[in-house]
Amino acid sequence: MSAATLPAPALPPALPKERKHLTYWLGAAAVAAALIVVLRLIGNEYGWYAGYFVLQYVVLAAAWNILGGYAGYVNFGAAGFMATGSYTAVVLNEAFGFDVLPGILGAAVVAGLLGLGTGYLTLRLRGVYFSIATLCLSVVLQTLVVNWDYVGGSRGAYIIRPRSVPPFLSYGEYIFVVMLVLAVIAVGIGRTVEMSRLGRGLQAIRDNERAAEAVGVPTLRLKLIATTLSGALMGVAGAPLPFYAGYINPEGAFNLAYAVNCIAMPLIGGAGTWLGPVIGAVLLATLQQAATVTISSALNLWIVGWMLVLFVALAPRGILGWFRRR
Amino acid sequence: MDPDLSLLLNGIVSGLLLGGLYAAAASGLAVSFGMLDIVNIAHPVLMVAAGFFVVLVGTALGLDPLLVAVLQAPLFYVLGIGLYTAYNYFFERRGDEALQGLAFFFGVMFIIEVGLVLLFGPEQRFLDPDYAFVTWRLGEIDVPLRMLIPALLAMASIGALYWFLQRTFTGLAIAAVAQDPEALRLMAVDPVRIKRIAFGISVALASIAGGALVVVQPIDPSTHNVFIGRVFAICIMGGMASLPGCILAAFLFGVVENLTATFYGPSWAPAVAFGWLLLVLAVRPQGLFGRAA
Repeated sequence: MSAATLPAPALPPALPKERKHLTYWLGAAAVAAALIVVLRLIGNEYGWYAGYFVLQYVVLAAAWNILGGYAGYVNFGAAGFMATGSYTAVVLNEAFGFDVLPGILGAAVVAGLLGLGTGYLTLRLRGVYFSIATLCLSVVLQTLVVNWDYVGGSRGAYIIRPRSVPPFLSYGEYIFVVMLVLAVIAVGIGRTVEMSRLGRGLQAIRDNERAAEAVGVPTLRLKLIATTLSGALMGVAGAPLPFYAGYINPEGAFNLAYAVNCIAMPLIGGAGTWLGPVIGAVLLATLQQAATVTISSALNLWIVGWMLVLFVALAPRGILGWFRRR
Repeated sequence: MDPDLSLLLNGIVSGLLLGGLYAAAASGLAVSFGMLDIVNIAHPVLMVAAGFFVVLVGTALGLDPLLVAVLQAPLFYVLGIGLYTAYNYFFERRGDEALQGLAFFFGVMFIIEVGLVLLFGPEQRFLDPDYAFVTWRLGEIDVPLRMLIPALLAMASIGALYWFLQRTFTGLAIAAVAQDPEALRLMAVDPVRIKRIAFGISVALASIAGGALVVVQPIDPSTHNVFIGRVFAICIMGGMASLPGCILAAFLFGVVENLTATFYGPSWAPAVAFGWLLLVLAVRPQGLFGRAA
């Protein structure tokens, strides 16, 4: 990955650090509240579901960006991490009757540990080998789940969800709000990483890992933090999925569409910036929802593939790159 | 004979035959990924696409699938040249091949897979030649021609490739471009042209592998998913650029996978194969047959 040339993030204006973070959290909370109000005014149950779909990709894209965008390690196995989160939630539900919130915590722990494991792979595997290893990891996990009867094997697992959770009007609204909070947190984590020493270290790894090591960047520790954080957030994105759909099966949970979207969204929006994945995810996921409803689900995936190829070829810096000097 | 022993022998023999198919699939990748350092993860899906065209043409004209695969190989050669030209223009030339190039091939893979679904539908397709239902019996060991003939074609095409790489000027230049493109330029050879030819050859090999695949098993657009890990595993275990290493690794892989399927059930086979690759990557990234960098 040493040859990857992505834009160096523009130096932030000289605001005191605490105020910058406060601005983000207040702004994000305002946007989130506005979203809930607008969707309530629309008052259609489908609005919550479509919104969930988009927000889930915001979390996934932000998670992928921490490792792929800043450190330049391309994870092809996003579906594996996400499904790890989903199935952790299923197991916790089946074993202890846990609801979605404890499920999310459990998913963060399990997927984070998995991420830590892949982090140790980066000790020896650089660049494409790491990518191929993550792809393999996803297949191995899928095989394990298919052969695991406790979670339904290839038949899938059902989750009986409550009809509604007060004070929310419907379960759809509840799960949407949960995902909204997760999205705000995930993007906030990405933003914090970018502005901290961790982010600068990861960018140094992306630009030249050997040089970074030579000048004293603790590369292994930073990579381990990044893979753990990225994995945990992907698991978190997957945990509410069985509650959202009421059903999950390996084929759906390990769908390659998650992996391709996770790569396409940050790259289209602008990888290596905290805002890029959000733009990419909102744009692509909305487009996919619209295409699924109006045309067909096969065609919408086709559009994603073409957009990914066209963007990496013609606008390698993504949409944000249009607004920034080289 | 002891039934377990017979099962074991049969498992090994059919694993070797399966390895022939894997060798066909992996040899093209050994050229593009191993020699040119181009991470073409779309290689398996190109193979499946070739399989679909073999079914289409073979059914329409009543031709043998392997014959169709060989006849359409030049078309895939041209396709490969087009693909490499685009890759070189947008990524290699700019030095962006790492992250963006990888994403490019990932996108191409996805476009071809979904394109196949849109064109042919998601259901399985097959085209069985007459010999697919013949099985030779050598004592206790079954040798199905469905497996043997594609494996023989694979060996023949890899043999031809090996001869080409060892005996012709262009072939030697391909081996050289992997090591030092600059030195090649000093010999008045254009490395980009050589890479274009090599990439075309690798995609043409995907066409032949696609024909072999159709004879061995029915295919659907998502068949390539399980092959991605397999062919990269074989390529890496074989030591990347080495064709003999690639064949050896393919046979080994076929046998291990087949024995797992025989004794533990087919649903475990992919886990063993991929787990093995993870292990190889973690412990010996230069491959079983490769030299340390």
